[in-house]
Amino acid sequence: MIDLIPSIPFILKGILVTLQFVVASGIAGFIIGVLLAFAKIGKFPLLKRFADAYTAFFRGTPLILQLVYVYFVVPEVTGWEIPKLAAGIIAFSLNSGAYVSEIIRAGIQSVDKGQFEAAQALNVSYWKSMRKIILPQAIKHILPALMNEYIMLLKESAVISVIGAHDIMRRSQIVAADTFNYFGALTIALIIYFIMVRILETFGAKLEKRLRYSD
Amino acid sequence: MINVNNLTKQFGDNQVLTDITTEVKKGDVVAVIGPSGSGKSTFLRCINGLEEATKGEIIVDDITLTEKTLAQVREKTGMVFQHFHLFPHLKVIDNITFAPIETKGVKKADAEKHAKKLLETVGLSDKANTYPNQLSGGQKQRVAIARSLAMEPEIMLFDEPTSALDPEMVKEVLDVMKQLAQSGMTMVVVTHEMGFAREVADRILFLDEGAVVEETTPHAFFHHPETERAQSFLEKVL
Ligand SMILES: Nc1ncnc2c1ncn2[C@@H]1O[C@H](COP(=O)(O)OP(=O)(O)OP(=O)(O)O)[C@@H](O)[C@H]1O
Ligand SMILES: [Mg+2]
Repeated sequence: MIDLIPSIPFILKGILVTLQFVVASGIAGFIIGVLLAFAKIGKFPLLKRFADAYTAFFRGTPLILQLVYVYFVVPEVTGWEIPKLAAGIIAFSLNSGAYVSEIIRAGIQSVDKGQFEAAQALNVSYWKSMRKIILPQAIKHILPALMNEYIMLLKESAVISVIGAHDIMRRSQIVAADTFNYFGALTIALIIYFIMVRILETFGAKLEKRLRYSD
Repeated sequence: MINVNNLTKQFGDNQVLTDITTEVKKGDVVAVIGPSGSGKSTFLRCINGLEEATKGEIIVDDITLTEKTLAQVREKTGMVFQHFHLFPHLKVIDNITFAPIETKGVKKADAEKHAKKLLETVGLSDKANTYPNQLSGGQKQRVAIARSLAMEPEIMLFDEPTSALDPEMVKEVLDVMKQLAQSGMTMVVVTHEMGFAREVADRILFLDEGAVVEETTPHAFFHHPETERAQSFLEKVL
């Protein structure tokens, strides 16, 4: 284990890369997910069809292939040498958007239709009803599922190591190969991911508790 | 106050309302009666645009209901649902003040003053700060009525307001509705409460299979129903 100590900071720096990547993908994926969700429940058939097809596609193909596809096909077609992290963020946010859209759609549709009708009968506009009546009720269903999605995203982020981004996973592999200490280096990576996931879970549980006040 | 002209409603191939024409005058209380599935709810929901008519027109207070006038028509009509549909995340008082504040820009203090007065009329002054899930069915429905009245509608639409209630709570809701009728409110009430229809309604609209089969006074309807369909319906429910 001693031989690994000088390499530990190198692995730890991967946390920043991973975090950067997960936060950026998480935010972009959330925005995509929200837009798609409203397309799905909205009254424009064309948008709805697009959102459904989008979701089917991104859920129906391997994430790792989507990532590799973005990384190699974008430069080939556009001539733009896409940075590794950017390729990762694009692929992961497009992918996560599909899942998030389903979470939000299901959450909104879990709210009794009568809620919306009561608001309509009271002459409350669509967006106001959505914001102040529907979403506050839907959030209880959305939040736990969303937390799950982010935990998945964090763990799956290790996949970007395949295109050579220097995240926790990749760095631990480099160290392992340099020192021939696979056990040590990979165990460090396991521990780091595990701690990060636990932190996220704890945070999620707290948030959920806060939101459950009104029941 | 309400004119329904040749209203027809289809859900896909299913024709639910066929060529309904009727009028509700200011201050009238009309009870809509008919077997399950006869289109009573759909009829009511067409009046405030919760359902869009397939054919025909709805005119509320001289305003013809269209996409553009939807908000104007809804401003004049309140609706009470079988299952209340109170907003569970809002306290009773906020349920009542929500729409006036959000849609009419009424000041919070004024809205609350008005809400308290309305709670008093429905006999629930002490419930202003409770959440809906702590109320009984009858209390919920009375709050729902107060919530509708807070928008100061000229017409109230009721869709089986007592059907989801335990028997001992039916009366408290019907009493509030009677009081409302006596105050001169124009009301269209879909109901299975024959006693209420007989006592409070000025007119009965009997629907069967999406058509108006009889339209008459309660006395005539309950004592001398003209059609066989009304007769057999009454035999079953009375
Ligand atoms: N949103 C809808 N989509 C398709 N069909 C519908 C819809 N709403 C109602 N229907 C159909 O229209 C018919 C009339 O329904 P409606 O709810 O108006 O009847 P009702 O007289 O109110 O019955 P009940 O006494 O059971 O409430 C029924 O056959 C019902 O299945
Ligand atoms: Mg009905």
